[in-house]
Amino acid sequence: MNCKTDLPVMLPVSKPEPEPFCGLRAWHILPLALLAIFGPSLAFAQSDEGVLSPLAVLMNWAPLLLKGFIFNLVISVSAMALGTVVGAMLGLGQISLIPAVRGGSWFVTQFFRNAPWLVLLFFAMFLLPFEIDLFGLKIPFPDWLKAILGLSLPVMANVSEIVRGAVNSLPSGQWEAAESLAYTRLQTLWLIILPQCVKRMLPPWMNLYSILTMATVLASIVGVSEVMTLTGQALASEGGRPELLAPFYGFVLLLFFVYCYPIARFTVRLEKKFAVIG
Amino acid sequence: MSWTPADPMVSLKDVHKSFGDLKVLNGVSLDVMKGDVICIIGPSGSGKSTLIRCVNALNDIQQGSILVEGLEVNDPKLDKLELRKKVGMVFQQYNLFPHKTALQNVMMAPVRVLKQDKAKAEATARALIKKVRLEGKEDAFPGELSGGQQQRVAIARSLAMQPDVILFDEVTAALDPETVGEVLQTIKELAEEGMTCILVTHEMAFAREVADHIYFTDRGVIVEHGPPATFFTNAQDPRTKEFLSQIL
Repeated sequence: MNCKTDLPVMLPVSKPEPEPFCGLRAWHILPLALLAIFGPSLAFAQSDEGVLSPLAVLMNWAPLLLKGFIFNLVISVSAMALGTVVGAMLGLGQISLIPAVRGGSWFVTQFFRNAPWLVLLFFAMFLLPFEIDLFGLKIPFPDWLKAILGLSLPVMANVSEIVRGAVNSLPSGQWEAAESLAYTRLQTLWLIILPQCVKRMLPPWMNLYSILTMATVLASIVGVSEVMTLTGQALASEGGRPELLAPFYGFVLLLFFVYCYPIARFTVRLEKKFAVIG
Repeated sequence: MSWTPADPMVSLKDVHKSFGDLKVLNGVSLDVMKGDVICIIGPSGSGKSTLIRCVNALNDIQQGSILVEGLEVNDPKLDKLELRKKVGMVFQQYNLFPHKTALQNVMMAPVRVLKQDKAKAEATARALIKKVRLEGKEDAFPGELSGGQQQRVAIARSLAMQPDVILFDEVTAALDPETVGEVLQTIKELAEEGMTCILVTHEMAFAREVADHIYFTDRGVIVEHGPPATFFTNAQDPRTKEFLSQIL
């Protein structure tokens, strides 16, 4: 969409593409990393006959590790969904006209935004019961569910700030125009303010999702069987061969890179697009 | 006390307004009868915009009374929605909703606020867009329209609510000189149809042509007022004279 206006506008200064370091570009990381991780294993494979090469061992374990990684994604998507829903409400609470609601929402947001994610995760793990007694019906409360709850807390706080920031970034004229057309505050928010905020919120929201996805490995510390936990177990059952460490953890790194890098690229593209339209 | 059309449609009495320590309005009184077109002129910072923003309660006042069709604006229990259905407003920066097309901008409030039937509201909106001479631009987004076109959509949007009085807050100040004329033409047509208009403007020639009454404000008070014929040629107060000599 072209923006035509009579107002003087500041055109975005197009930043020159960063000078590639030694002629390298971002995507070159991928083959280089592959080489660094698997190169030594390949060399090893040629030298020894009796033992399986690290690469072959990794291939044996890869399906399990992939399953673990998918579990990480399930945790990330669930925590994101939960955190977004609650965080959006909290963010709207922060712009409420009722001082108590505004103050409460602000406090909760700031509290969880300034707490280490790992501590929140431990909190969720050890404070929540392992099952809930609901009218005699025992609903189990597994670790992975606690991990989702624990990780959704910082997501919630960050989404709350994203919502508040986006709403505040709209020109006050939008509110005034809506007010003078006799829209109620709720209508103004729902029909006029929030639809305009969505595109402003999308880049930071996706950024947050990337960070959350990478933080899901924290769940390994509290014993959830996600990709890091499984990698550790796989390495242990292979007898802790030191030459396996690099390929195995390298494989995990690659999984996250392949998943998160496109999100980061897409976010940058969205940011550029919205920076011009405003 | 009930309001009758013989009473002033908008009546300000001794209105005081300050932002913190800064006094913006120091006792302003004026009456606007139904069908009147009044222009408020004066130097920057003299409180003109604040004055009309108080009329539809976008700004609150500290002291005095503002009656709109008998409705006291300076009343904590005021039903602002009721007031704003009577009073339309057009802004300097247009403030169209950028995510909605011109047509949606115009018909949204009648549907959502006045609960009009959608088909009826759309028909009215199309007629209004035609009236402001923007036929064919119904589906354009505000970002695709020129400033003058956006401002005319904003006028149509305000008209769609069928207000009894419209406030125009320096509506041509942000426009290119060549598009000022088309907006002023639209306002002039409204004025001729008998719409009650309160304008804050810097367009002296326009004020002279359309206004029934001119108010000159300076430092938060009305210094002088009168019909354009006498106001522009026979100003009495030295401040008015100085202002007019700089601008004419």
